[in-house]
Amino acid sequence: MDSFMAQWVYTDTVKDHFMNPRNIWNKDENWEPEAVGEVGSLACGDQMRVGIKVKDDRISDIRWLTYGCASAIASTSMMSEMVKGMTLKEAYNITPDMITKELGGLPEHKFHCSVLGDKALRAAIDDYLEKKGLDNPYKKSVARILCECKGVTDQMIEHLVATDQAKTLEDLQRLTGFGTGCGKCKERIAHEFEEMKHIHGK
Amino acid sequence: MGRLIYLDNNATTQMAPEVLDAITKAEPVVYGNASSMHTFGREAGKLVEDSRKNIADLLDCDPSEIIFTSGASEANNTVFMIAASIIQKRGGGRIVTTTIEHPCIMESVKYLRTKGIHVDQVPVNRDGRVNMEALEKLMGPDVVLVSVMTGNNETGSVQPIAKISEMAHKCGALMHTDATQAIGKLKVSCRDWNLDYLSCSGHKFYGPKGVGVLYARKGIPFEPFVHGGEQEHGRRAGTYNTIGIYGTGVAAKLAKENIDEESRKLWAMRERLREGIIANIPNVTVNGCKERENCLPGTLDVSFENVEGESILLMLDMAGVAVSTGSACATGSLEPSYVLLACGLDVELAHGSIRFSFGRFNTMEDVDYVLEILPPIIKRLRAISTR
Repeated sequence: MDSFMAQWVYTDTVKDHFMNPRNIWNKDENWEPEAVGEVGSLACGDQMRVGIKVKDDRISDIRWLTYGCASAIASTSMMSEMVKGMTLKEAYNITPDMITKELGGLPEHKFHCSVLGDKALRAAIDDYLEKKGLDNPYKKSVARILCECKGVTDQMIEHLVATDQAKTLEDLQRLTGFGTGCGKCKERIAHEFEEMKHIHGK
Repeated sequence: MGRLIYLDNNATTQMAPEVLDAITKAEPVVYGNASSMHTFGREAGKLVEDSRKNIADLLDCDPSEIIFTSGASEANNTVFMIAASIIQKRGGGRIVTTTIEHPCIMESVKYLRTKGIHVDQVPVNRDGRVNMEALEKLMGPDVVLVSVMTGNNETGSVQPIAKISEMAHKCGALMHTDATQAIGKLKVSCRDWNLDYLSCSGHKFYGPKGVGVLYARKGIPFEPFVHGGEQEHGRRAGTYNTIGIYGTGVAAKLAKENIDEESRKLWAMRERLREGIIANIPNVTVNGCKERENCLPGTLDVSFENVEGESILLMLDMAGVAVSTGSACATGSLEPSYVLLACGLDVELAHGSIRFSFGRFNTMEDVDYVLEILPPIIKRLRAISTR
């Protein structure tokens, strides 16, 4: 199928999770989470909130709410099914690729919707560990190096964006020095920067 | 598949049965090149000229002032390139247009700016109508072209084109309007509005796709956009799309005959839907125009708080109702509809906007069906929304 047509083709699994979302955080259920994570904003067009319960270092229960398009709703729904019963470490390491694969694929321009789901989950796990006063051994382990010359990771970029230190790409370059070595990372980092701004509603 | 309801008539329309019938009969017989001298060519040429007359009748101009193009996009591009060429020849001058034009004009503006052409874009008010004070301030002797669309494809807001045309001519500028959405719904008159150029497209009024119309007043500056043969008196090259042009002519004739009744019917459906939505769904905002005289009669744009437009669109689609949305997700970018933002709508509300656009083949039962299925869809999506 050519890419023009593929823009609007959702798999049956995506449609199913969109029409019958699993583990919805029903306001009438009085479900009390142990920890909550939230990413995105209404202004950006998608926002997700994930609540978790943890038992024996495993995710024992999960609820979520999503303001967003069909892919965002389906991705969060699928993610919520996948992580139930996982250890915190496993859940922390879930990737957008894994969610997308389970959904049978997403249209290319919808990929970022699945990024939000796993980010909201990680935020919830961070919240859980912080509340329990536990170390967070996972944070570093999933950092991706985007600029090899200067050792700039996706987590560094996310932190600088979320804390308003890097409001523009120029700020980010000043603070991290990315792209001043071989220069190969410039496009990749510009993309990551926009994505993070989007996710954090900046 | 159950019931299917098409409420996206501003995107394109279903061909009228009269048009389909006419072109189906002509297609196997009239295949000559309309520029050829022989019988086959003359037969085809006659269809083209008949169509030109019908369209001139509808637009209230002379048939010699009608130029056929591939669509309204080409017609609009042609006019902007003519203006740019005048500015280049004079070594100065400006184009004045709005912030809510169709993408074919918005992108032409961007392109011309890269070539050093000065373009000013006048803002619009909350109701989607041009801010006339701001427009007045932008007028001046250096303005070469004023281009303002007749009716907006998203909000349905209609502009005071005759008044703007007067302002343009007062400072010696040429006046163009993109009337694509208005044809067949409002009375459009090149003479009464004193227009220099007008663009439109047959598929928006039940004609076939692929045929655009450019009206260019006799004696007005003109440069072809597509260079080649001598078709259209050297104003637009390319073999005539005879059958498409013929179908457009039939559609133009129907549009002229049906305009009053059609307008009334579209407005009645639009208002029933608007009232029904307001009565049955809390926290909605109706975007764009309010009064009938300032609205395209068949367009209704509504924002639903705390729900994202693409989700609504897809749920409606699964229930058999076709609409469009100004949400970013539907455009593939991160920005929602620039038209709604230009009207001063909050970004959140722009993401949750749905456009219903009616056409000749819709019925009141269609409206009732939408009013039956829409409230539970919104309720359902709000129940899973973060807010």
